[in-house]
Amino acid sequence: MRLSDAEVVDTFAEAFPMWGARIIITAESPAWAHEAARSLTGFATSVIGCKCEAGIERELDPAETPDGRAGVSALLFASDREGLAKRLVERIGQSVLTCPTTACFNGLDGPETVDVGGQLRFFGDGYQASKLLDGRRYWRVPVMEGEFLVEERFAIAEGVAGGNIIILSRDVAGALRAAEAAAAAMRTVREVILPFPGGIVRSGSKVGSRYSGLVASTNESLCPTLRAQVPHTDVPPDVGSVLEIVIDGLTLEAVRDAMARGLEAAARAGASHVTAGNYGGNLGPHRIDLRDLVPALRDD
Amino acid sequence: MPLTLTLREPPTVPLETEGLSPDRLATRRRGEIEALTVWHGNRRAQLADFFAVSGNGGEELRVEGDLRRVKFLGAGMTDGRLTVAGDAGMHTGADMRGGELVVEGDVGDFAGVNMHGGRLVVEGSAGHQLGGAHPGERAGMRGGEILVHGDAGDQVGTGLRRGLIAVAGRVGDAAGLRMLAGTIVALGGLGAPPGAAMRRGTIVAMSHVTLLPTFAFACSYRPPFLRLYLRHLRALGLPLTDDQIEGRYARWCGDGLELRRGEILILEAGR
Repeated sequence: MRLSDAEVVDTFAEAFPMWGARIIITAESPAWAHEAARSLTGFATSVIGCKCEAGIERELDPAETPDGRAGVSALLFASDREGLAKRLVERIGQSVLTCPTTACFNGLDGPETVDVGGQLRFFGDGYQASKLLDGRRYWRVPVMEGEFLVEERFAIAEGVAGGNIIILSRDVAGALRAAEAAAAAMRTVREVILPFPGGIVRSGSKVGSRYSGLVASTNESLCPTLRAQVPHTDVPPDVGSVLEIVIDGLTLEAVRDAMARGLEAAARAGASHVTAGNYGGNLGPHRIDLRDLVPALRDD
Repeated sequence: MPLTLTLREPPTVPLETEGLSPDRLATRRRGEIEALTVWHGNRRAQLADFFAVSGNGGEELRVEGDLRRVKFLGAGMTDGRLTVAGDAGMHTGADMRGGELVVEGDVGDFAGVNMHGGRLVVEGSAGHQLGGAHPGERAGMRGGEILVHGDAGDQVGTGLRRGLIAVAGRVGDAAGLRMLAGTIVALGGLGAPPGAAMRRGTIVAMSHVTLLPTFAFACSYRPPFLRLYLRHLRALGLPLTDDQIEGRYARWCGDGLELRRGEILILEAGR
């Protein structure tokens, strides 16, 4: 299948369920909201090593936030409800509570919620106070700078993780140019995050390893340097570098939309090939065929 | 047309109408509504003796006429919307648990007393003991919201345990007396002395207040939670300015004769 000058492999991404939450961070300035959000979503690239995956969804205008200040919306995903609740408490407690002038609010609607502010309130050591407004409870935690306001309960919802596209190019510069264009296009989609640095991962992995205790290891079939050594390679002869973009989202539709925009952008930006990672259909219930993402590919 | 009860003429003595709320009338036929018991002074009477009934039952109820001597309008309501076209008497919205009660005029004393939920909106002014406690009870209002577009009398929020009372005009003396928690917002002045014997909770004033000596100054700051409250009130139609929403407030803690866990927040001039 051809799209612009890129060869699109007729394959699919395999996505699977993860539990997600949306965290709204506000502060006296957009810069401080960003500081907190960057810290909150730091070291959260993969559940394999970080216990969660997180990223900044978008900036929020003051009119969009509960307290009318500039804000940032972040999404955090974990494998199960309990894990997500723990990560929320840990990360909001260490990265938002500590950050000057911030407040933190639940950004999702839904029947299932976990206790976050109700745990963080104990930092107040008995001086904390709560407020109940319009059915939502907030905790006021006294801190040296003033007061940290955090919503008690955060809604969680079953989302989709593992959306991805893999971008191949003649060299690193070309792969990076195409991947950056794809990541920029994907960031225009709401309800998704790209959890890796800059949205791009160079170390796509396979499940397992020859070494015991390692649950994931390098995906040698997509390593250009190993093309002459491995029994099977997916790297065409004219390709010298491969990059991947992983997408987590609150809905399958949002993940599909992000993949479609990324695929088109990567092709336009000079990728020689675009493919996707999967586990043969054995891991996740969601199959996202590249062929179905872009109208121009469907009839190919 | 919503179910409408029109008072034929003002009663000579107070008329008690407990049970006149949309949730209780929604499923009743007109004959049943007309036969409902009301108390005219110490005499039992039927609703039809005083009110003309028109319209259809549903989630909306409208009461019209000179209702200043009609007590307990909307008392105990749990759902729906009740509109009082004009002034309402004492105990309007007492023991409310849900729904919305809108009074297009003034309300008498004890409005919203012992309220547990829902929203009471008074487009005029309110009397004394707004959102207070039933006589002899320690705790007053336990939840919900009361919005007054005019003034309010003395002892607003006595024993307040939970919920929000906001008054666009002036609030009388002894607001938040013995309050246990919750929030009182006075946009147009606050009589003295607010928060006497308060244990927890928040009283917000937008102008100078004479405080009891048992309140201690803590600091001047911008309370993050207050932005939520004031924006919420502005969205509901109260006249909040940006200076009030974004302003600095002096925090006074008290009452020192109790837990000193309560606070009175007083807007400071300039941002």
